[in-house]
Amino acid sequence: MEDAAPAVHVSPSPHIGSTSNSTRRMMIDVLIALTPAVAMAIYMFRVYALIHLGLCVATCLAAEYLFVRMRGKSISLNDFSAAVTGVILALSMPATAPWYASVIASAVAIGLGKIIFGGLGMNIFNPAMVGRAFVMISFAGAMGAAAYESGAGWVDAISQATPMNALKQSGTWTPIGDMFLGFTNGSLGETSALACLLGGLYLCYRRTASWEIPAGMIATVLVIAGIVDLVGGHGGRLILHHLFGGALLFGAFFIATDPVSSPLTPRGKAIFGIGIGALVMLLRFLSGYPEGVMFAVLLMNAVTPLINRWTIPRTFGEF
Amino acid sequence: MELLQSKDLPGKGSFSHGIHPPDNKSLSRDAAIEVVPTPKRVVLPLLQNIGVPSKPTVQPKQQVVAGETIGVGEAFISTNLHSPITGVVEKIGVCTLPNGRHLPAIYIKAEGEQVSGQALYEDVLGGHWPKDCHAIYYPSTISKAIHEAGIVGLGGAAFPTHVKVRPDDTKMIDTLMINGCECEPYLTNDYRVMLEAPGAIIAGALLGARAVSAREIIIGVEDNKPAAIERLKKEAEGTVIKIAVLKTKYPQGSEKQLIKAALGLEVPLGGLPSDVGVAMSNVGTMAAIARGVIREKPLTHRVITVTGRGVRNPKNLLVPIGLSMQDAIDYCGGLTKDAARIIAGGPMMGFAFSNLSMPVTKGTSGITVLTHDDVRKENETSCVRCGRCVDVCPMQLVPTKLAMASRHGNLSLAHQYNIMACFECGCCTYVCPAHIKLVQLIRMGKAMVVASRK
Repeated sequence: MEDAAPAVHVSPSPHIGSTSNSTRRMMIDVLIALTPAVAMAIYMFRVYALIHLGLCVATCLAAEYLFVRMRGKSISLNDFSAAVTGVILALSMPATAPWYASVIASAVAIGLGKIIFGGLGMNIFNPAMVGRAFVMISFAGAMGAAAYESGAGWVDAISQATPMNALKQSGTWTPIGDMFLGFTNGSLGETSALACLLGGLYLCYRRTASWEIPAGMIATVLVIAGIVDLVGGHGGRLILHHLFGGALLFGAFFIATDPVSSPLTPRGKAIFGIGIGALVMLLRFLSGYPEGVMFAVLLMNAVTPLINRWTIPRTFGEF
Repeated sequence: MELLQSKDLPGKGSFSHGIHPPDNKSLSRDAAIEVVPTPKRVVLPLLQNIGVPSKPTVQPKQQVVAGETIGVGEAFISTNLHSPITGVVEKIGVCTLPNGRHLPAIYIKAEGEQVSGQALYEDVLGGHWPKDCHAIYYPSTISKAIHEAGIVGLGGAAFPTHVKVRPDDTKMIDTLMINGCECEPYLTNDYRVMLEAPGAIIAGALLGARAVSAREIIIGVEDNKPAAIERLKKEAEGTVIKIAVLKTKYPQGSEKQLIKAALGLEVPLGGLPSDVGVAMSNVGTMAAIARGVIREKPLTHRVITVTGRGVRNPKNLLVPIGLSMQDAIDYCGGLTKDAARIIAGGPMMGFAFSNLSMPVTKGTSGITVLTHDDVRKENETSCVRCGRCVDVCPMQLVPTKLAMASRHGNLSLAHQYNIMACFECGCCTYVCPAHIKLVQLIRMGKAMVVASRK
């Protein structure tokens, strides 16, 4: 009558864990959140978007497989982190970029951006931005601001200047509505502020992205752009231009929020966001580039360990 | 009597951070306390509390009656031990507890007539409990009776209660904070005591407050237990006792978090509740104090919850201390086929064990049996520094840093991040998306720090 004794094993507490939480689930969240931006990229840039997305994702996965094998570690493709890096990298490329730029950027992102530090969780810099910075400097002609425009393309959008470059170089304003919805030229995924907001709010709601980072970043941009707007008498147009233009929202929600390369504590995250916002505005106004999100993120990544050290929280009961 | 909703409290009714695990209390919440029949044998370890073991006062083959002293606590932090049954001492042997300690224990075989069933229930929890204790007992009488009765904290830590109620020349106690939060998932033993024996809790609280000369008495209960709040409120009518309704969150029942939530006070790092003028104890302990002082009966029985989907019929039981875990589980219909982990206590802080001959001790609040579906099995992956552990740590620590310091034996880094402030609630491990055993690593680090101080 007695059943076979059940297999009981022991382990230290706690014995239960949140089932809705895993690194893989966080990465899938990012992919879900990127769908509006991906859809908009494909709508605007058609086959260019598909080519870069395909190349970046495939190369990132292949590079991850290869480099992890070389380190003699177990294969980590199923955590989707390489796929996320691939999609984010593709969405930060200009439509006109040559195919080899995407391939090289992806290989560098995974190899030099991530695996060389020890793989997922160990990298200091955002891998996608490492890859992009590498090709942007290596192929300045093919990746620079002017290269976004190409009269010979198959898509209308790429015959225009990007809104950031148009304003910087010739003082031409792009209609704010087009910038909000995304009917402009730019890096593949950054054109639509709306798509970035939709995905970004989902990420914050899921707490996969920490809201402190985009909040700090956007608030700082609003303040600095607001001051410049007031001084220049632009009547608010400059604020919206800087908010919806360039990679600001894409960067705020999808690039800066990479947990690995951002600080640990809420206060640290806010400081990190504010720092990126300030650097973005510095680069946009004072550097030769029309845009500065990539360099701003990389610079703040470098400061992250320091921010972590500054923002050790006050332990409960510590006075 | 005053019912304090969270807005009326000096504290905010809650603390920062923490988690909301599924409470699974419905498995046993509505099961009235049942009295387990007198077992054939009880095993009473000589150390069931924090502190020094008691010294046995009986010999093998000696006859003992229920309630007789069989061990005395001579050291300051030590307690007396009593036989819960009438019978014969078989031997003084060794037993192992779920926390892994091997301890000398007194084995007693039941013989002769026993108090059991309804009579035992009435004796421990039922009947009338006077509410004019302060007029009847001197503080010294109360603390002496508590010492005699071998009472320890029944919430889990099992700290000897007479040490807590002992007058301290260096610290003023103005508030007796009574913990009725029961924030551990699954467990409902405190809930049932609040529901079935509110009179004993109220009487015990008045006695406890008299012993420490506290003017304020506050019972903290989470707002997921409205029936318990209602019963306590009715019973506390006409007394100075206040009932604080707190927000349901784990670990609300941790003493520092409870004091913060109810009183708005922060116990200093490394300090005790007495540093902010608070004495803290649990509702079950109050009922034991009432019985010990008013009925002059020692702590020989307690209420435990036997629950989880790995047990056929989850129940709340009144058991003799020393009952084997096997007897308790058998009384509840035994284990199911998919039982995977047996825990002394709840799933967040309890100890897993596999040897069912281990006894229920004074500090055992329940037995939770989880199934394969409940137990988490995922493999650990790399920390992605998402900071969720930071967002949930009720002590506002940085668990991932502490775990890393522990893993690499970097004690100075661990010290810099206040590793000893961790009380091992397990929130960090619960939420970690990389399934890193954070609190387990931190526990190891704490042990290394303690060892390095010696």
